[in-house]
Amino acid sequence: MPLHFELVTPAKLVRSEDVHMVVVPGTEGEFGVLAGHAPFMSTIADGALKVYRTENGAPEEIRITGGFAEVGDAGLTVLAEHVEG
Amino acid sequence: MASLKELKGRINSVKSTQKITKAKQMVAAAKLRKAQAAAEDARPYASRLAEVMGSLASKITVSENSPKLLAGTGSDKVHLLVVANSDKGLCGAFNSNIVKAALAKARELEAQGKTVLFYLVGRKGRAVIRREHPTQIAHMFDTSDVRNPGYDEAERVADELVAMYEAGKFDVAHLFYSKFRSALLQEPTDQQIIPVPAPKAAVQTADAVTEYEPDEEEILAALLPRYLKTQLFGALLENAASEQGASMTAMDNATRNAGDLIKKLTIVYNRTRQAAITTELVEIIAGAEAL
Repeated sequence: MPLHFELVTPAKLVRSEDVHMVVVPGTEGEFGVLAGHAPFMSTIADGALKVYRTENGAPEEIRITGGFAEVGDAGLTVLAEHVEG
Repeated sequence: MASLKELKGRINSVKSTQKITKAKQMVAAAKLRKAQAAAEDARPYASRLAEVMGSLASKITVSENSPKLLAGTGSDKVHLLVVANSDKGLCGAFNSNIVKAALAKARELEAQGKTVLFYLVGRKGRAVIRREHPTQIAHMFDTSDVRNPGYDEAERVADELVAMYEAGKFDVAHLFYSKFRSALLQEPTDQQIIPVPAPKAAVQTADAVTEYEPDEEEILAALLPRYLKTQLFGALLENAASEQGASMTAMDNATRNAGDLIKKLTIVYNRTRQAAITTELVEIIAGAEAL
């Protein structure tokens, strides 16, 4: 089952897609989010999100600063002030 | 009556004015579309953040220990009016409407015995406010070196506001900008931004217990400045769209007025020309008859 992942900056909606897993650098430690994760909110340290599109594929890294992650029924939503690349 | 040459000169000068207003109108129409698109792109972030803030705010109670941005300083003596204007003119009453709203608020607050300070964003409106309140301008934020005020500007303004707030320079901040209703209608709006008005609690969708990391209070403290930035950013975008809308309407009117004026002047010009010819003919005929 895919995880719905959204990356939003103040300027625009950067990503909205279904992926396998996203590893988020939370302020209190990294955490991976798969589909069906329990509802969860965390601030994010400045760093790279690792997006795994498939189970065994290489991760795609997206550097963000000033982030905030929210996991709900709809999937993972990352709010970031700045996104690189 | 003005001479033919003078009339011709006036017609030409009105024509070139019309060309300018027409060009400005078209530029504004194109920019308006862009500004509207930018405002729409910013909506997902703002609404998500507001949702998160709402659900967080409903979970904690505001006390003295709450972040100052939410709970306030405990007094409301000094009010800061943040006035967002544009850098360019040629947009009708856009800037003066915002300034008028801000000055009205200032008078109202001063009548209540409060101290009023101004924080001006954008170049227009400085002169008027400086004339009425020469000593109360806390800062003038310059946006004239950037083309479109964006998130970076909102961020800088918000950082400065927070720094001033934390230094105890003011207790309450109001933001004045123009809300974009349509190309024809822009509303000068007054919005309290500091202390952050608690967002309406989101409707609890699922009863699943959400985990927080770190706890609610800390997340809220981290999100408050960001929320402020988003609000400022939203205001700047609305302002940009409103400016272009106002500019378009004003220039449309100006173009039409110039057209009317040209028509009137052309009629006067033709009448004068005909009158001159008639006089000339009468003179010739009278001369011929005298022979």
